[in-house]
This record gives sequence, structure tokens and C-alpha cells, in this order.
Amino acid sequence: MSAAPATSVSPASAGQAQQARLAGFGHYLLAEWTKIRSVRSTIWSLAIFVIATLGLTALFTWLTVHAIQTGRAPRRSAELATDPVDFILGTGLGLGQLAICVLGVLTMTTEYSTGVIRASLLAVPRRLNVLAAKAVVFAVLIFVIGEIAAFCSFFIGKILVSPVASVSLSQPGVTRAVIGAGLYLTVLGLFALAIGALMRHSAGAIAIVIFLVLIAGGLLSLLDSYDWGAHIHAWFPTVAGGYITAAQPAAGQLLTPWQGFAVFCGWTALLLIAGGYVLDRRDA
Amino acid sequence: MIEARDLTKRFGSKVAVDHLSFTVQPGRVTGFLGPNGAGKSTTMRLILALDHPSSGTATIDGKSYVQLANPLRTVGALLEAKSVHTGRSARNHLLFLAQTQGLPASRVDAMLDLVGLRDVANKRAGTFSLGMSQRLGVAAAMLGDPQVLLLDEPVNGLDPEGVLWIRNLMKRLAAEGRTILVSSHLMNEMAVTADHLIVIGRGKLLADAPTEEVIARGSGQSVRVRTPDADRLTAVVTAEGATAVPASNGNGTPATGQHADGAPVLIVTGLPAARIGELAAASSIVLHELTPQLATLEDAFLELTAGSLEYGHLDAEPADWSAR
Repeated sequence: MSAAPATSVSPASAGQAQQARLAGFGHYLLAEWTKIRSVRSTIWSLAIFVIATLGLTALFTWLTVHAIQTGRAPRRSAELATDPVDFILGTGLGLGQLAICVLGVLTMTTEYSTGVIRASLLAVPRRLNVLAAKAVVFAVLIFVIGEIAAFCSFFIGKILVSPVASVSLSQPGVTRAVIGAGLYLTVLGLFALAIGALMRHSAGAIAIVIFLVLIAGGLLSLLDSYDWGAHIHAWFPTVAGGYITAAQPAAGQLLTPWQGFAVFCGWTALLLIAGGYVLDRRDA
Repeated sequence: MIEARDLTKRFGSKVAVDHLSFTVQPGRVTGFLGPNGAGKSTTMRLILALDHPSSGTATIDGKSYVQLANPLRTVGALLEAKSVHTGRSARNHLLFLAQTQGLPASRVDAMLDLVGLRDVANKRAGTFSLGMSQRLGVAAAMLGDPQVLLLDEPVNGLDPEGVLWIRNLMKRLAAEGRTILVSSHLMNEMAVTADHLIVIGRGKLLADAPTEEVIARGSGQSVRVRTPDADRLTAVVTAEGATAVPASNGNGTPATGQHADGAPVLIVTGLPAARIGELAAASSIVLHELTPQLATLEDAFLELTAGSLEYGHLDAEPADWSAR
């Protein structure tokens, strides 16, 4: 490679370094924003999230409505009529949320796999600040994208279901469910980020999060015939968190939508605290 | 100024850094020398608070690293292990680091110019060659115009041009009054770069002295003597308590001890050249050559670290065990 210019290190530039202000948490937020926007996995994950969510919402809603109209799915018809919002948000977001899980994990684990965590911690040796700033920036980003996706999904679904059901934001619980979908995605992203902070390895952390989101809830529903089992199911983080995306609570649901969301937030806070503890105590 | 006090780090039952105490003064290049696995990288990571010490303290200008308000403006570090996201551009890597310190973006461009990476600033760091990565590491270390610099094996894998560049950079920074601690397992590199040496082996301090002193202390002063009357000279210097052995030809095989003119060559240790000359004159022994031999840093180093090698002997190509 070519020789670097043998200019002096400081004279011209020392001024810039010295006149700089003392940095604080606001600067850490700015730095984390630079980090998250400057890697391709962020762009790809969010693009896949939006395209998959809106595309699948349109596809499954259209297919279901068509099936109902041609008399192929009488049971679906009843489901759609009771809570069209839950149906609409459950199709595209149900799968699109996996992209948020992956992004949440990678945001933390790529720091370790690439070694940039060392640079991050040299710059901000009070390590909890790194995790806190990262969590805040990530949450704001996912909240904005999540709400946009939730509202777009809702309006796409609303138009497509109009032949068989009518739904609007003014109906009880509907606005809360749509806003709640964005909130659920935000906390889900933080949940994944916290597991990434705890595990430090992408593959293992992604596997665990996807198991918890897609499989564990279904398995636990098998316990619903027992009283204690129903409680375990209802208080399970990803299950409790999902209650907020339905306009009306399902029959026999043990937690209200906001209670469920609070439970999900509680689990996520615990995991973030554990992740922060691990980050602070372990050698980097 | 960097200060380590009784610094100890255990990994399970293995003691990587063993009650290490030293001070690194400003205004000179301090070499941190030791065989692979001696604990150099771990010591640097302890100073930088990346690892937590089992006991003891490490401070920079009297403060622990964690206590520094904007650490990159006090301390710059070039670690041996990779610390750049392969998918992020060089500019964005430096930019986020600058932002954590409240430094302006113009400082990023200044550093890219300094290390000659301006043209590839927007390329992903994963595409960089080893030399370019090393330059990016230097840019990150210099970002906050720090008074203290820690460089872990900075010339590893660099081409001669890159080695020269790093060497001159370190000397210039030291001349500006900064504190420079640079680790290496390459003794000859340290001999031409460092003003002062801290030598460790198996985590323990072996030497903390000016480079010349380490060299001088490392092996006894020896003198190369060529004389047709080797037997008599050997007897004379041995009587004074010195030892004289036929010179080896440098690669360990038995010495020929011969020169073009046929006179055998002796290596005398334990007496200065002047005294050998006087003894020869007193006994009327003809000398063809009388040359004081300077011990190399390598000799000194081998002597110091003998018995403290973590992984076999040094002749073997040093594998990079300390990389993490």
C-alpha cells in the first residue's frame, strides 16, 4: 500500500481534539445511532420486516376473505368477525416479527463476533452506558418502524376484509391493538437484544428467541386445562406480550391486554438487567 | 504516566499476570517485551479495563481507566485483537468513536489523512488488508489526541514500509512528550525503537531498565581476540578469573577458530578489552585482533527469559498464542 503522509500527528488537529466538549449520554446515543445505521444487517432486517409484514398481511387476508366468500372456511369467518384486528395483525406481523428478533440479537452479538465491543468499551468504559444507549436507540428505531408497519398492515387488512367484516380505529380496543402491535415489537426487539447480551453468540441467541416466540407459546397452551398451567402460559413473556395486539381479550384470558404488556416489559427489564450485569462483570 | 501496582490476573488456575509493578514514564518509548504468552496483552487489557484484575491496580495519570471522563482523549490503544466491525466503513468506525468523546467529525477526516486511508474511508473495514487494518487501528488510537498510548504488537504482519512508519510515528509521539507503551516479542524491533524496556516472562517482571542497560546486563561483556598464541593467552586470562573459549562460527556448530591468516579466534568473557591487551603485552603475546563484543538485545532477552518461556523454545516460528 502507499506510504502515509508523514505529517505531524497533532499540530493541525490538536485544536479539534482539545476544544471538544465533555461527552455524556447524549453523545453515546448519537454514537449508537451511527453504529446501527452503518451496518447492512440493520437495513436488510428492517427491509425484510416491512416487506414480509405488509406482503403477508395482504396475501393471507386476501386468501382468507376469498375462502370465506367461496364458502371454504366457515370457522375462519367466525374468527374474522369476532376480532378482525387480531386476525389482520396476526398474519404478517406474526412472521415479520422474526426479523425484529434477529436484528435485536445481532445488534448485540455482532459487537462480540467482530470484536468491536473492545473499541466500544475503550470509548465508554462505564459499560452499562453502552448497553443503555444501544437499547434506547434500538427501541426508538423499532418503535417508529413497528408503528408504521402496524398501521399500514391495519389499513391494508381493513380494505381487504371489508367484503366480509368491517373494522375501524374507532371501534373499542382497535386503536389500542394497532398501537400495541408497535409497542409489542419494540419490547420484543429489546427482549432479543437482552438475550443477545446474555449469550454473546448470534446463532444460539437467535435460536432461543425464535423458540420462545414461535414454539414455546404453543407448547404451553397445552397446559391450559390445568389451573396452574394456564397461569404459566398467560405469564409467559411472549404470550403475555401478544395480548395487546387483539382488540378484545380471548375467552378465559387471565390477563388484560395492558397487564400482559406489563408482564412482557417486566421480563424484558429483568433480562436487560441480567445482560447489563454480565456485560459489566465479564472480561471483554 | 502509566502505573501498575501488584497487578495480578488469574484465569482459573493459570496465573497470566503475577504481581506486576512498573511505571511507564512520558517522553520516551517504553518497550514491553516478553515471549508469547508472557502476559503482555493481558497486562494491557488490565490497564484498559477490558479485563478485571484478580488483585492490584493499574492507573493512568493516577486514575483507573474507568474513572476517565472521555478516555480516548487521554489514552489511545491499538490492540492486537480485531476491534472493528467488518461490515462498517472505516469512516463510520472512527465517527462513532469520535461521537462518544464529543469530538467533531472533522477530527475523523484528519485521522484518515494521517494514516493515509482517506481514499478507502467509505469501504467496509472487512475488505482491508492487514496493513490497512493496522493503520485504521492507529487512527482510532490517535483520534482523541491522547497523551498516553498503548500499542500491542503494532508491527505484527506489517511490510517493512509499514514497520518503519509505525516506528517513526512512535518516536515522534514520544518526542512530543507523550507516554508510549509498545509491546513486542521481536527483540530487534525493540532494540531500535524503545528507549526503556519492561521485560516480563510468565507474568512476572524480569527487567525494568533503559534498553542499553538491559543489553549490557543481559550477558557478560565479551571480547573477540585473535592470536597465533591462543594457548598462552587462554592461560593468562584464565589466571585473572576470565574464561576464554574458541569462537563458534555463529550457528552453533563447533568453531573452526581460524581466520584467513591462520590465527585462532577466542571469545574472552570476564575481562575488559583494555585489560586483555595489557595482559597480552606483559606476556609478549602477539594479538591480531581485539574487539569488544556488544551483546544484542536478543542475547539479553534469551538470558532473562530462560526458564520463563510459556510455549517451548523461541527458535521456533513464534505462533500467535496471545491473540484472543
